[in-house]
Amino acid sequence: MTGARFARHQRKTIVSGILSFVVTLVILQLWLLTATMNAYLGADDSILLPAALASVVCLLLNLGLLRYVYGLES
Amino acid sequence: MDDRDSQATTIPPDGRSTAEQPRWRQDFPIDWPEDEYIARRDFTKFMVLTSFAFVVGQWWIVAENFIRRRKARLPVREIARLDDIPVGGSLVFDYPEAHQPAVLVRLDESRCIAYGQKCTHLSCPVIPRVDSGRLRCPCHEGSFDLTTGRPLSGPPRRPLTRITLEIRERRIYATGVEERQV
Repeated sequence: MTGARFARHQRKTIVSGILSFVVTLVILQLWLLTATMNAYLGADDSILLPAALASVVCLLLNLGLLRYVYGLES
Repeated sequence: MDDRDSQATTIPPDGRSTAEQPRWRQDFPIDWPEDEYIARRDFTKFMVLTSFAFVVGQWWIVAENFIRRRKARLPVREIARLDDIPVGGSLVFDYPEAHQPAVLVRLDESRCIAYGQKCTHLSCPVIPRVDSGRLRCPCHEGSFDLTTGRPLSGPPRRPLTRITLEIRERRIYATGVEERQV
């Protein structure tokens, strides 16, 4: 479905929903960062790489959602 | 077209269509519905930038860990003669570098143990209490097991850093630092 098919109030609803997803993913990343720092300071390096990869996955999801938001305007 | 869709017909001041407007005018709309949409979109973009910053932070920790593991082996350093420390006695020394205090405790005739002296809570110096088998942190009443360095009570959650020792010809040498997991 292209963005031109959405009315302006519909776009606002969609971007609000996407924003809630993005904020949830960012909070998950914040938790990952604090847990990783705690593990690093405790000399536990087993979770560092998996956590970094999980954070990258969150970023890719966020970029995809942002791209979709900008696609609504085209 | 309902009332809300009729808001889409806002006419810019110069009378041209929205698509023909300069970029700055599109980013600073003159009507509320469009402004609310733009605000949410830009906040989403800001959140994605924050997400990128968190990824940078995660990989910075990975890089720091890589550097830490590649560091050269620590020097072997003589701390004291075994006979200079009585059974149940202790000695404070710096290892691996100056201003990094550690505490050595002689457990019996042939066994010694050493830990970094910084409490894993807020870095206060821990004090050995050999009679109760503990290392005590006086700042917040934390205590660690004397033989393992693991936290027993109080706020500390991580064990003390252990200094590895060797005894050769009745001399005590520090040979390395062992960071340990919870």
